[in-house]
Amino acid sequence: MPRLVLAPSFALAFVFIYGLIAWNGVLSFSASRILPNYEFVGWAQYATLFASERWSVALKNLAIFSSLFIGLGLGLGLLLAILLDQKIRVEGTLRTIYLYPMALSFIVTGTAWKWILNPGLGLEHLVQSWGWTSFSFDWLVNPDRAIYTVVIAGVWQSAGFVMALFLAGLRGIDDSIIKAAQIDGASLPRIYWRVIIPSLRPVFFSTLLVLAHISIKSFDLVMALTAGGPGFATDVPATFMYAMSFSRGQIGLGAASATVMLATVAAIVVPYLYSELRTRK
Amino acid sequence: MGALSIRNVRKSFGTVDILKGIDIEVEEGEFLILVGPSGCGKSTLLSMIAGLDVPSTGSIHIGERDVTHELPKDRDIAMVFQSYALYPNMNVAQNISFALEMRKVPKAERAAAVQRVATMLQIEHLLDRKPGQLSGGQRQRVAMGRALARNPKLFLFDEPLSNLDAKLRVEMRAEIKLLHQRTRTTTVYVTHDQVEAMTLGDRIAVMRDGVVQQFGTPDDIYTRPATRFVAEFIGSPAMNMLPVDAASVGAEALTVQGTSIALSPEQQAALRRQPAAGLVIGLRPERVQLGDRGVAGRLTLLEPTGPDTYAFVDTPLGGLVSRVAGTVTQRVGDVVNLNWDARDLHLFDTATEARIG
Amino acid sequence: MIRDRRSMTLWHRFAIWSVLLLFAAFFLLPLYVMVATSLKDMAEVRDGNLLSLPGSLNFAAWHKAWSQACTGTDCGGLQPFFWNSTLMVVPAVLISTALGAVNGYVFSKWKFAYSELMFGMMLFGAFMPLQVVLLPMSQVLGWFNLADSIWGLVIVHVLVGLATTTLFFRNYYVSLPDELVRAAMLDGAGFWRIFWRIVLPLSAPILVVTLIWQFTQIWNDFLFGVVFSAGDAKPITVGLNNMANTSSSVKEYNVDMAAAMIAALPTLAIYVLAGKHFVRGLTAGAVKG
Repeated sequence: MPRLVLAPSFALAFVFIYGLIAWNGVLSFSASRILPNYEFVGWAQYATLFASERWSVALKNLAIFSSLFIGLGLGLGLLLAILLDQKIRVEGTLRTIYLYPMALSFIVTGTAWKWILNPGLGLEHLVQSWGWTSFSFDWLVNPDRAIYTVVIAGVWQSAGFVMALFLAGLRGIDDSIIKAAQIDGASLPRIYWRVIIPSLRPVFFSTLLVLAHISIKSFDLVMALTAGGPGFATDVPATFMYAMSFSRGQIGLGAASATVMLATVAAIVVPYLYSELRTRK
Repeated sequence: MGALSIRNVRKSFGTVDILKGIDIEVEEGEFLILVGPSGCGKSTLLSMIAGLDVPSTGSIHIGERDVTHELPKDRDIAMVFQSYALYPNMNVAQNISFALEMRKVPKAERAAAVQRVATMLQIEHLLDRKPGQLSGGQRQRVAMGRALARNPKLFLFDEPLSNLDAKLRVEMRAEIKLLHQRTRTTTVYVTHDQVEAMTLGDRIAVMRDGVVQQFGTPDDIYTRPATRFVAEFIGSPAMNMLPVDAASVGAEALTVQGTSIALSPEQQAALRRQPAAGLVIGLRPERVQLGDRGVAGRLTLLEPTGPDTYAFVDTPLGGLVSRVAGTVTQRVGDVVNLNWDARDLHLFDTATEARIG
Repeated sequence: MIRDRRSMTLWHRFAIWSVLLLFAAFFLLPLYVMVATSLKDMAEVRDGNLLSLPGSLNFAAWHKAWSQACTGTDCGGLQPFFWNSTLMVVPAVLISTALGAVNGYVFSKWKFAYSELMFGMMLFGAFMPLQVVLLPMSQVLGWFNLADSIWGLVIVHVLVGLATTTLFFRNYYVSLPDELVRAAMLDGAGFWRIFWRIVLPLSAPILVVTLIWQFTQIWNDFLFGVVFSAGDAKPITVGLNNMANTSSSVKEYNVDMAAAMIAALPTLAIYVLAGKHFVRGLTAGAVKG
């Protein structure tokens, strides 16, 4: 009976996930341009991909964005979690405030930050109106700096989530270990550094995984904040793939880029899933 | 044909053999105990009787029917789980009548069954409550009520008293026994507690590593344990075990650490019939008496339990425990004398672990 | 983490509070800016700065965002997109949640050979980058003539959401005692009876969490919206993005902000009302898998 019930949705999901991935793979080995064309061309699309300057920019941006987004996100989230763990009276309210950005669409976040960082009327104008007239903040339209605006918006959206995870982890730590450390004479920062933070390793890893996942997928945020611009200075693999597949009529190339994205994610996720499902039961 | 027949049941999970050939016949109305240490396979066996699991080979019969491959709901059995497994979202009355509901018993009959059972177990005042609002003992009763309402052919109990505190455990044990005397339903009861086994069972199957080491009445098990394991498992404090000097085996008198131990004529005859390469002598603590004669030793520890006192004595034979009624006048450090009747000795073959005499 | 206040000096408390409040401001400011800007007229926007208060509660920008703003060639405001999103979200959330519940039930209480493997394979769908199914999926939808319709979006969201909802329910049901199911089996209940009478009534916490999570994910989605829809079926995220990015003559930032607020309101409202469960949803989804 159970197998029967599971079969349809599993079949659907299976076909959806693996069947379409395979199909995408086929497309990436084909000569498709604006329409699918199943002429086999071997690795040609991949060659074009890695020779493409735009793709290199996209990869570089992904590296920059990911490392900063994950690093700052983890750092800020952990800091807020530790601070909130100090028996603050309005903890509930503060938690709500830190977390609400997660409820927003990346499009909303992008649109809002695009306005805030608007050169001329946004942050730059604000600080100048406070007296610091030489302040300039044109990162949004600066090809070298634009990617960092994506980092700012991304961290703003996700730090609260990291905080929630770490806070749950902190709360799960056995009190008696802390008490034992206090009796042994350790000071509070010491206790945090040597006892508490090390026991947060599992949370750390799963949060890292989720943040990595979000950063590789980041399409919405970039589209809303900079649309990949100026030019393609803030392009990321996700926006590259979209542009190639749906506006530049280069389906084969787009499929190749998608496959590369998949391979990157799989390299991280599959070992993790494997170890999780093995050790769980 | 008994009410329940377990015939050569084996169970393996991959390369691990959990049950290695179990044969048990249970009479109608009998209270069977399956007892043994963790991992002996008793819970697995119970699952198979219940139909929650299937034997790798062998068969199980309830009455005349071969039920080995039948679903639990077709076997007409009821089970009380260790954690009671009461449905949290239903109240007590609904919990009790759920099985009847599944069998499409009409509402009026269901209500009558609930009433009957509630009265029997004295839980009428709890019928509207949810399991979360009940104490451990109350939940236990509701779990039993759920089983009773079914009027099944067979009752199964899976360590139902393990989650209760000591005092409650003793009370519930008596209730279960009284209930059995009233209903006379064939019962299979799994426990790891040998006191429960001895007090509740009509017959006991002592299991170890997937094998039944001995199947008999509590008296059989206690006074004539078939193996060393059974002898040590049943009885508290455990039976004293004295390894016999290898050199003296086969000779006229056995010696332990050089001291000669007298045997009864029956034991000597048994030894001649079944010569053994190595022997261990077993002696129950309550058969060891503190007196003026016998083996001398130093008293190292006294454990007064109220009605009895356990005296630990260091002797040339090794450490011995004596169980004395009441209190002991001697104090720790004193020299005492231990004696016993030769007929109270048990002889075990060290190679087969079996009892010789 | 310290359980007594003795080791906390006043200076410590002050430092902690300042940092916390500083970041509270960091998180709240964009919201304030969005609301404030949406209540100004463009003159106020240009004359003032990000933080300046609006002169009055002027909802003109909101009105325009709702019914008159231009998103590309249409100038009917966000209204049609709002309804598209609603029509899409409701079935998608309900179906993916229902299927996820049954799947989770099977994977946790009715394990069979290879079920863990199947679960793992299904789980991969929750982690894979969606880019990899975009092209083939648009082909498939085209075949079924669902390419630019709301139902096409619903189907895609259900398929993608299935991995996550199954994960949530499976992890939750694993913590329900197996003996409950065994007891019910002994009582004579079958697969569906056990689900309806025992498992589902105990699912309230995870149901709430899953519904909120799915609603948020699907309402906020942009990628599928922009790839799989056109014309009349576009969801609100696409509408908003188009509106904010139109290179029309005069940028009306106040309208953009009002539009962003309108798009954000449903999920924000749910967050405010049922935030606790939202948090539990996030942590349940991430920490456990």
